[in-house]
Amino acid sequence: MKELKLMKGNEALAEAAILAGCDGYFGYPITPQSEILEYLTQDALERTGMVVLQAESEIASINMIYGAAGTGKKVMTSSSSPGISLMQEGISYIACAELPCLLVNVVRGGPGLGTIQPSQGDYFQTVKGGGHGDYKLIALAPSTVQEMVDHVKLGFDLAFKWRNPVMILTDGALGQMMEKVQLPDQMPRSTEDPDWATVGKPKTRERNFITSLHIQPDQMQEVNLHLQRKYRAIEKEEIRFEKFECDDAEVVLVAFGLVARICQKAAQLARQKGIKVGVFRPITVYPYPYDELSKLAGQVKGFLTVEMNAGQMVEDVRLAVNGKIPVEFLGRMGGIVPTPEEILHKLEEKFVGETV
Amino acid sequence: MNEKTMTEEQHFSEVIAEESICTNDNLVFERTETLIDTPMHYCPGCGHGVAHRLIAEVIDELGIQDKTIGVAPVGCSVFMYNYMNIDMTEAPHGRASACATGIKRVMPDKYVFSYQGDGDLAAIGTGETIHTCNRGENILIVFINNGIYGMTGGQMAPTTLPGMKSTTTPHGRDVSIMGNPLKITELIAQLPGVYYCTRTAVNTPVNVRKAKKAIMNGFKYQELKKGLSFVEIVTNCPSNWKMTPVDSNKWMEENMLPYYPLGDLKVPKAESLPATDKGE
Repeated sequence: MKELKLMKGNEALAEAAILAGCDGYFGYPITPQSEILEYLTQDALERTGMVVLQAESEIASINMIYGAAGTGKKVMTSSSSPGISLMQEGISYIACAELPCLLVNVVRGGPGLGTIQPSQGDYFQTVKGGGHGDYKLIALAPSTVQEMVDHVKLGFDLAFKWRNPVMILTDGALGQMMEKVQLPDQMPRSTEDPDWATVGKPKTRERNFITSLHIQPDQMQEVNLHLQRKYRAIEKEEIRFEKFECDDAEVVLVAFGLVARICQKAAQLARQKGIKVGVFRPITVYPYPYDELSKLAGQVKGFLTVEMNAGQMVEDVRLAVNGKIPVEFLGRMGGIVPTPEEILHKLEEKFVGETV
Repeated sequence: MNEKTMTEEQHFSEVIAEESICTNDNLVFERTETLIDTPMHYCPGCGHGVAHRLIAEVIDELGIQDKTIGVAPVGCSVFMYNYMNIDMTEAPHGRASACATGIKRVMPDKYVFSYQGDGDLAAIGTGETIHTCNRGENILIVFINNGIYGMTGGQMAPTTLPGMKSTTTPHGRDVSIMGNPLKITELIAQLPGVYYCTRTAVNTPVNVRKAKKAIMNGFKYQELKKGLSFVEIVTNCPSNWKMTPVDSNKWMEENMLPYYPLGDLKVPKAESLPATDKGE
């Protein structure tokens, strides 16, 4: 077994980027994720030749990513909620131009300048668009520091497989907390240029240009149809989720990221009291595991969705369930993390006492 | 089609068929390889076409078509990639220099340039422009200044002259309300990261030659990894100035050039540049 290390989520993610053979990172400081840029500026360049640049704004960093991603290199940026809001125009361009890149959102409480404490309030801006136009990000929601590491390589792999931006949707708690992790081996940086990349036009091929401008309506429609076909394929192939003690469960807690772990504890507490509770955790929040949730809805009495927001993913849970069973919601906002006890309390309030 | 045109067409086809006319000995002009043989969408008399061509000629003369990546802006030259036979990226409005930074940083041995209008570079993209210049990114920025928003139909630009009419300053730019035109080239010339900074025009054959020399310098300094080169080209906009091409050039000389005087703002001291095969 490989050596275990105790690492902070943000630093583990940064280390994973170096180990994944990332070619370039462009970012701007914002709490609670500044450790990523700080960690990378230490010695990433010396170790692998990875370019690390502090941009003058999130708008600049996403456009540096846009340019650099167009060269076919493995590039990434990270930020936190208000910074991600600033990036949305660029993300829309990148999605339309079909450029692979990795984006990391270490979410903090909003709206506005909000708080620096953890939140899941950016679910909507991650999975429902965020920027303008019809596009999708592949979105991974880690729930442990280990997944903060694992999702970096997975994210780059998916980005290049689908030529699509991938976002790691995590939160301030996962970014700041320390856990044991197993790091992967160092991967070499890629030396091959994809055939679509803007790396300089040799005589042997036509020029490559990267654009999201298709001014003729029929062309723009064709681009959209192409993107939609790609998204349908992603929805078929890339759904990832985890089930915890769902087989005999009467009630299932649905949560992503950090909250799914708190729900596991709540489920244990419930089982100690004789209430059969399971946990369903989407790992990809886009594509979303609608079918699995729908199947599960046929086996249980109800779902309780728990989030650190006012109720965002719960809309997708309700879409999946389509009215078959009750879907209750518990949300904490403003940077407050729900406790296992309050989840249990809500669960008992909604589902115990009648027939369970 | 009248008889005269028919005759001319027939005449030309005969000339082209006569291959012996053009030989290596008497060849004085070739089509610019890096400029794609297609009609441009620019209005008659617009300076963009000339500016594109100069960049294409310089790329050809330096033999760097396979090592050059351009970044197009949002504005009239948004379609620049339709005319340049090189790899290009079309950047969001104002962000061309950030985009070029990303490209250059991951491929430091390639030649990278951005091509931006006044609204793109000096209004919405001012932050990116100043910081790209301040970092001394080893790229060339070509700045087209015609004092107006062309593509959106003639609104006030950061470089619109005092008193100049536009669709959003219908009574003329009132500097007490809108401030004075931004001399961004003078501003960025102060930055240590900027190695070479000059203002040119493409309104006369002499100025066209000077503009080409400036673009050539920019690419050569990039080869020498000297930092940022900034070439402003003051141009006309006949359509949105609502003038004929000839009148617009005259107006430019009488009004734009006194405010935006041509010439070098920053030149390296005693710099020796590698010679090229031709076109100096």
